[in-house]
Amino acid sequence: MKNVLPVTTVLMTLLAIWYVAAALMNAPLQEDAFANAGRADYSTGELIAASWEMERPKLPAPHQIVAELYKLTIDTAPTSKRGLVYHALITLEETLIGFLFGAGFGVGLAMLIQSAPILDRSMTPWIVASQTVPIIALAPMIVVILNQFDIGGLAPKAVIAAYLSFFPITVGMVKGFRSPDPLQLDLMRTYSATRTQTFVKLRAPASAPFFFASMQIGAAAALVGAVVAEVTKSEDGGLGARLLAGSYYGQTVQIWAALFAAAALSAVLVGLIALAARAVLRRMAFSR
Amino acid sequence: MTQTPHAETTIEALHHVIEIADLSLRYETRDGPVQALSNINLEIERGEFVSFIGPSGCGKTTLLRAIADLESPTSGELRVNGMSAHEARANRAYGYVFQAPALYPWRTVAGNIALPLEIMGYPKSERDRRVAEGLELVNLAGFGKKFPWQLSGGMQQRASIARALSFDAELLLMDEPFGALDEIVRDMLNQQLQRLWGVTRKTVLFVTHSIPEAVFLSTRIVVMSPRPGRIHDVIETGFPRERSLDIRETPEFLEVANRVRRGLRAGHSYDE
Repeated sequence: MKNVLPVTTVLMTLLAIWYVAAALMNAPLQEDAFANAGRADYSTGELIAASWEMERPKLPAPHQIVAELYKLTIDTAPTSKRGLVYHALITLEETLIGFLFGAGFGVGLAMLIQSAPILDRSMTPWIVASQTVPIIALAPMIVVILNQFDIGGLAPKAVIAAYLSFFPITVGMVKGFRSPDPLQLDLMRTYSATRTQTFVKLRAPASAPFFFASMQIGAAAALVGAVVAEVTKSEDGGLGARLLAGSYYGQTVQIWAALFAAAALSAVLVGLIALAARAVLRRMAFSR
Repeated sequence: MTQTPHAETTIEALHHVIEIADLSLRYETRDGPVQALSNINLEIERGEFVSFIGPSGCGKTTLLRAIADLESPTSGELRVNGMSAHEARANRAYGYVFQAPALYPWRTVAGNIALPLEIMGYPKSERDRRVAEGLELVNLAGFGKKFPWQLSGGMQQRASIARALSFDAELLLMDEPFGALDEIVRDMLNQQLQRLWGVTRKTVLFVTHSIPEAVFLSTRIVVMSPRPGRIHDVIETGFPRERSLDIRETPEFLEVANRVRRGLRAGHSYDE
């Protein structure tokens, strides 16, 4: 475990910077609070300590976020709307459904693009353009438009998640399908293999490492999409709704807790795909 | 059946596996056109072992690739088994061995040898039989379940030869198959290839850089020279079909080798 020391060092440094920043950002607020309470006899040490324990700080201290996370996950029933588990599951469902469709669409698009240069030239600019529109501007429109067709609930959020996740998957898979070297492709020509055979026997298996890398990025992107969608359409809950609610009421600790929950969810998804990748790629002798 | 013009070509095809007449091939590059092959004339008979030797840029690989229909000639006539190169490729007339083994890393050795058989639609039992046979033929029995990375370079290239032979094409095209291997492995593989040629009775076209390799293996040696790529000399070796590495010490062998060397030098002289 030679990674432990460097990783811990970085973590400690980040925490130290965080605590300093929290003290600097919250101290003026805390000074006001002391003044309102008619206290003037506090030391700098007391001021700093108090700035790490405020109820609505500008920047909550790490231990406050940990305490909030603990309170909202372990101490709260998973079915309770006040707890994070309930909202995380909503976000997870939207993410997974969106990711599934995004991945299917993304891989399908990559297959089309690699199959014919004309499709590459005609479709690629549109695919790129689709990603230059800020999702935060697009999300409300998708919700409104789908609402017109009486499609509500989970669907619009899954669509937005899929919208964000298909692009990195398409890009990665096109690269993967084109990864065989000229000799491997020439070999298929000497057998006068059909395009389909070349795809099934060569391009698809050769793309396996790209597939898993694309899926990792796509899953993380789907989660971002789901959270953005929840901010747009917050009445059904979800981590994004928690972010929004937190910002309404100045509950910074709640915002940060939801943020960390989203990050953890993303890490779990990406980690699971990484595990699958390790197992499959080892079997396929890509990694030894 | 009445007499058709086809009858003639069929009879001729029995004699000539390869017929090349006035073949030229020009590449367009950014620095202008490059004449890779110029006025090639050559006929190769069934069962011959023909080596193509020459310095880089002489077009020997390009010629092999044109025969395999991997390159398109600019002009001239090229027939493989009496067919156009394209038809011959569609008919799976040849097995091709590249400079690198080009094994698919996610397939086992057996899986790699079975690849052409899968593509050509052989049933599973037949594939298994041929794979076992092929592994035996190149002395790789027992290595079928290994992955390519678990094999040495020489073993990988032997697997790729088994793959090229698996579907029993009459013609074997080999593009510097042993170029990346060391001298000792090369000697061994040369002997094995010589034996293989004796056993299978294939027609072999063999591109190489090595004079001893060419002389040892061939019935005929085509010496080529560059800029533009063309045939400089064609040499009959006249050794018996069965031969051991010992013939490399004989005066006849050295004489042929010297003629090849002179040919290469003459083709190279105005190169400076």
